[in-house]
Amino acid sequence: MIEIERLTKRYGATTAVDQLTFTVKPGTVTGFLGPNGAGKSTTLRMILGLNTPTSGTVTVDGVPFAGRPRGLRHVGALLDASDVHGGRSARAHLSALARSNRIPLGRVDEVLTEVGLGKAAGRRIGGYSLGMKQRLGIAGALLGDPPVLLFDEPLNGLDPEGVLWVRGLFRRLAAEGRTVFVSSHMMTEMEHTADRLVVIGRGRLIADESLAEFSARHAESSVAVRAPELPKLADALRAEGAEVTVVEPQSGVVTGMTAERIGELAVRHGVVVHELAARTSSLESAFMSLTADSVEYLAGETR
Amino acid sequence: MSTMTLTRAESARLAEPALRFTDLLAAEWIKLRSLRSTYWVLALASLVAIGVNLNAVHSDLTYIDHPPRPIPGLPPFRYDALYHSLSDIACYLMAIAAGSLGAITVFGEYTTGMIRTTFAAVPDRRGVIAAKVLLIGGITALAGAVVSAASFFGGNAMLASRHVGLSITQGVSLRAVIAYAAIVPVCALVGMALGALLRHATASIVSLVLLFFILPLMFGGDRYRWLYEIGAHLPMQTVNRLTYNPDSNSTISKWAPSVLDSWITMGVWAVASVAVTMVVVRRRDV
Repeated sequence: MIEIERLTKRYGATTAVDQLTFTVKPGTVTGFLGPNGAGKSTTLRMILGLNTPTSGTVTVDGVPFAGRPRGLRHVGALLDASDVHGGRSARAHLSALARSNRIPLGRVDEVLTEVGLGKAAGRRIGGYSLGMKQRLGIAGALLGDPPVLLFDEPLNGLDPEGVLWVRGLFRRLAAEGRTVFVSSHMMTEMEHTADRLVVIGRGRLIADESLAEFSARHAESSVAVRAPELPKLADALRAEGAEVTVVEPQSGVVTGMTAERIGELAVRHGVVVHELAARTSSLESAFMSLTADSVEYLAGETR
Repeated sequence: MSTMTLTRAESARLAEPALRFTDLLAAEWIKLRSLRSTYWVLALASLVAIGVNLNAVHSDLTYIDHPPRPIPGLPPFRYDALYHSLSDIACYLMAIAAGSLGAITVFGEYTTGMIRTTFAAVPDRRGVIAAKVLLIGGITALAGAVVSAASFFGGNAMLASRHVGLSITQGVSLRAVIAYAAIVPVCALVGMALGALLRHATASIVSLVLLFFILPLMFGGDRYRWLYEIGAHLPMQTVNRLTYNPDSNSTISKWAPSVLDSWITMGVWAVASVAVTMVVVRRRDV
């Protein structure tokens, strides 16, 4: 369990994380979403005690992580796959980590095999691809068999097989009762991975709910309508509170009303309808519109 | 689910072994050993330093056999076995090698990002730094001792045949041999502090060279005492003072610090370096 309360981090005049409060519960995969620069990595670093908060508190299983003498048995973390020394072999890298926490060295080969790096264990990490480095980072997180796991953008650089494997791994870890907290800037990644979502933008909390709740609340549904007498139908629908956008003379998009209700109203007003198609916007576009106000680096931004 | 969580939490707690500092030391040893370039620097420098010293004494044998004619007004030629067997060149080589090794072990963690992985695994930063200091200090002390002893005993064994060799119990030999060895780990600790302060490869090494070799040149001379005093308390000047042979023809400044002063200076550099490393690494975000 990770408990974050009124967590704030300022760097001079910039506020990277602003009064953030949320809890990450065990037994589920929680997605940590936000655009680039939203403060995800800073938050993760504060959870691990690598960065000191300006104010607020963060505890892991009731204790500030920085106060623990050894960490691997409490939290396993993959922050950045490149946070390794390229001159070492994967085995030497993990052996040093294991030794510092007095984890039996046999565990090193165990996790290397688990992430599929068994054959590359003796090679220099500098020669690894990004995907292999991600696997090594995941191996490091698993080393201490910890109850809490943090992953910062773990899917970057993984091939489709790797993505599937990681998703399965996260589900398994959560099913074992562990707390799994995974950050990403892509909703499409989290849609198939997370049970719960914590969404932040510009360091502030935007949403903290289950994936289903998020989808119900933020994914907009609309109905595409094609009718020869569209203006007449549009007036009837507007009178009942719907919003109608006329796209072409004979077709439009209705929001705020179900397809069933539109059909009923068309019959009542004697209007012929050629097509009624209900559409639900993707979670990705819901996420985009939700975070649109808080995007730090916008492409094509005018200054 | 709650039962499962409980079981997990419990098993984690039961599996936690007692804390041992030696675990951190062993982990740092694995890190050092697994980067060939770092320890090779020290091993190679040590071999070259011994070679330089032994070769210097060996080539001096001819001059001892054919001493220059005495110059009127100057004292007769006297061979300084201490100065020649423990040369400055070899000392500087060891200083830069040990200083670089110390700096690399600290800035290497920062420049690669490894420091985050290290502190996520061991949140006890003080323990990590203490282990690094002990390991690097120990290894460089060993290298310093080997170089100093091999140079002194090897060189003076050759000189014994010309009856100018010194024994370790003679004059200031023992003090000189110890100081010549001790400066090596001190340089390594200074390197660690610079690496921690600057967290940048080039900046660390350049500042190391400035502190060890350039600053002493700027604070020399006999004109202003306060300038001289600053210079005399730089790291590399301590070893010059402590290896100075009073039974030789060479002289030292009238303001030269006492032997005790130089020992204390060397100790202060070591302690202050460890303190700086400890404070900046513990305080800063990584």
